[in-house]
Amino acid sequence: MTENVQQSGAAGSSTFAGSDSRRYNYFEPAGRRATLYEDVTVDVQPDPSRHLIQGWIMSFADGMPTYGDYTTAAKCSDWHVYRSVDQEWSRTHYQRQSHIENTIKMLVDNARSDGAPGRFDAGWIKVLQDHFGALKHAEFGLGVALMKAQRDGVTQMVNNAILTNASYKLRLSQDITLYLADVGLDIEIDGDAGKKSWMEDPAWQGTRKAIEAILAATDHIEIYFAANVMFEPLIGEMFRNALIMRAGPAHNDFVTPAVVSAASDDFRRNLANTITLLKMLNGDETHGKANRELMSGWVEKYLPLCSEAASGLESVWGLADSGELDYAGNVGDARLRCKDILTEIGVGLPAGMTL
Amino acid sequence: MAADLSLSKIVKQKSISVTEATQRIADLGWAPDYFEEILKYPTDYKVEKAPKDPMKQVLRSYFPMQEEKDNRVYGALDAALRGDMFRNVEPRWIEWQKLFLAIIPFPEISAARSMAIQGQIAPGENLRTGFTMQMIDEFRHSTIQMNLKKWYMENYVDPAGFDITEAAFGKCYATTIGRQFGEGFITGDAVTSTNVYLQVVAETAFTNTLFVAMPSEAARNGDYALPTIFLSVQSDESRHIGNGHSFLMSIVKEPENLDLLERDLRYAFWQNHAIVDAAIGTIIEYGTQDRDKNKESYAELWHRWVFDDYYRTYLLPLEKYGVKIHHEDVEEAWNRIVKKNYVHKVAQFFSFGWPVAFWRIDGMVEKDFDWFEAKYPGWYNEFGTYWENYGKASLPNQPPLMYLDSGYVYPHRCWSCNVPALIREDFCVDEVEGELYTYCSELCRWTHKVAFAGEYNGRPTPAMGRFSGRRQWEELYHGWDLADVVKDLGFVRSDGHTVIQQPHLHMEDSKMWTLDHFKGLEVRSPLVDLRAMSPADREKHIAEYQAGFTCKPI
Repeated sequence: MTENVQQSGAAGSSTFAGSDSRRYNYFEPAGRRATLYEDVTVDVQPDPSRHLIQGWIMSFADGMPTYGDYTTAAKCSDWHVYRSVDQEWSRTHYQRQSHIENTIKMLVDNARSDGAPGRFDAGWIKVLQDHFGALKHAEFGLGVALMKAQRDGVTQMVNNAILTNASYKLRLSQDITLYLADVGLDIEIDGDAGKKSWMEDPAWQGTRKAIEAILAATDHIEIYFAANVMFEPLIGEMFRNALIMRAGPAHNDFVTPAVVSAASDDFRRNLANTITLLKMLNGDETHGKANRELMSGWVEKYLPLCSEAASGLESVWGLADSGELDYAGNVGDARLRCKDILTEIGVGLPAGMTL
Repeated sequence: MAADLSLSKIVKQKSISVTEATQRIADLGWAPDYFEEILKYPTDYKVEKAPKDPMKQVLRSYFPMQEEKDNRVYGALDAALRGDMFRNVEPRWIEWQKLFLAIIPFPEISAARSMAIQGQIAPGENLRTGFTMQMIDEFRHSTIQMNLKKWYMENYVDPAGFDITEAAFGKCYATTIGRQFGEGFITGDAVTSTNVYLQVVAETAFTNTLFVAMPSEAARNGDYALPTIFLSVQSDESRHIGNGHSFLMSIVKEPENLDLLERDLRYAFWQNHAIVDAAIGTIIEYGTQDRDKNKESYAELWHRWVFDDYYRTYLLPLEKYGVKIHHEDVEEAWNRIVKKNYVHKVAQFFSFGWPVAFWRIDGMVEKDFDWFEAKYPGWYNEFGTYWENYGKASLPNQPPLMYLDSGYVYPHRCWSCNVPALIREDFCVDEVEGELYTYCSELCRWTHKVAFAGEYNGRPTPAMGRFSGRRQWEELYHGWDLADVVKDLGFVRSDGHTVIQQPHLHMEDSKMWTLDHFKGLEVRSPLVDLRAMSPADREKHIAEYQAGFTCKPI
């Protein structure tokens, strides 16, 4: 019997074949060297087209395996090429989310200590209560839709990008909810009014309809597209940036714009991830044309819904306007933004539609 | 300043209660009017009652808490390097992490995907934050584990095996069991997979052996990094256990769910036992150099964590809701560990199969023998000769032990749990849809044939999943030359010649096996051979297999 050997376990303490192989070597980094994001993300969800030699070993009753490209109508020659632009993994995600939460807490605490909510214009408080309060349901709906969508991508990179997007949306919906509850301790705010607007106010029914359409979709790429290419620029970003962030200061409210401002950066990051993925799909030599047609079909589905939603919200602009708002201009800017995104990903507008 | 003034009093503000915060957040959801949501991942269970939120935590406290946990984890890794941890770490231990850490990130991330499914089937939004936190937790676990593995690769003496980790996960003879685990969280009936298999059994019963018992053993082997990471991971598991119990309570009172719960608890408990105890039992018992006889054996740990903590305090109380608990299954799992030497037989199989592994498997020596004999009386009689043979055949001056006449018979693979049929007397076969399959136990046969079917107890179960694909690793390479197999697997070091896997810890080229040592040796699939036999030969083979084998000195 051979006695086993005792020795140092430290790198470099012995030299032998393979003793200097200190990088993950089973994937092609996007750049010269793999990033930390790539190291902790690539190939964690395996794929029969790469290393999974036995294939998936479980299936649904209809024979569909655990994962497969059957979960989306979009096609890709190699889904594994995709890398999220924000390179987010769990540590950076926690750092960013935590930073946002701590900033909001400090801001709201200080504002409340200073009695800032008490100086909000009375009419503005009603806008916050009824309409900012309604927006939280839209953000929540997007979060839920994206949370559902992160099940189905055929690579870890796609699914994790959708997962962090879901996390950002769900955080934002909770931030708005708790912010209104917090300032509601200092000023009169009916905590149920936002939900009532969401469910009953004609101004919000178009938006709710659009969100419910996204929630009802079962194709994860469609959900990602609808959320970030259609709904966010046409409704979400417009409402947050053009209404809340612009009108707040005019109504003595420096707090709410700051609370919601993180969402702008959330969206910029999620949009960058989305555009990169969709450009990859639409630029695919084999499937690009079909993907562009597919996405054009999604524009056909969601643009009318978002247009209807935007029209409905015009009345809210009227409630908040003290001379600084320009609803028509804001809608025009939002449509241009959406058009720019579509141009960037190479998707044309369906016949008869304009932006 | 008045004596009764303090900073906290000065800055104190009114705030909403945690209960109010969670109620308001739960009210974010609504019943849609304009478009109907399609349940993409259906269930045969009746799920109508909204689960309650037992944790009452919201994201604004969750994210800072998790960031702080991460800061401690990464600070500890830096400290371990400054303390020169790897100079004193046991290579025997780190080698097994090449296997474990190749497997575990996929089940973790599958659990994140599982929350997409559970979040959709759970009525109401009370538990949405719980599902969200679990989703992000599991994302954390998969990436933190990938990072730990990278850290080992960068700092441990032999990085080979870590460097191919996720490729190896998709190819190795031993990692299929981890895929069975991870795929089980997201495939088939939505309740079976996400609630019963993942939360109620894997997380509630077995994460203690995975993430508490194993870190203790790591620390005994000079590895302070793994405990830091995994105890942090385990601190997240309490949330997931809470989610699982809450969801279970929401479905357990529906009488028509009781037979499905009985089915799924049997399947999930047995398969978790078969998979987790195989992997973690082996790593804890055979990956350690610490032979302190006062420490608990894996069997003792199992009794504490699974039998006492889980079976007696979690499973048994379910009987008051009318759920039939199969006590005999728990008893049999215990018997397999303490009487039928399940863990030891798995370690024997892993080591016998070292030529197709991607990590080094150190042999057992006298001090190990003494410890095993003390903890598992009779161990030496059954396994002593085998490990003596293993030691004798560890250097490349004869074929690998697998190809020597040692008496050990390469095992059949269980179609259900994917661990081989190592308790030979329990080996069984059956036909499903006209095809012959092999199983490690009667319960695994039942799982494939009865539980994973389109009908259960006379009721249709259209949502139930199926076992599919090329589940038998050996079948992929039936009739191949071993050297070609290892080349095809990619388990070759950067010189293109020396294999990654070694049956020893010698870090010298002269003692390491190469592809040349594997040439001319054939790999065979026991199942392919069994299916090719005549009925009479098959019956004889099965009887001989069940009778077992005796190792003889080489």
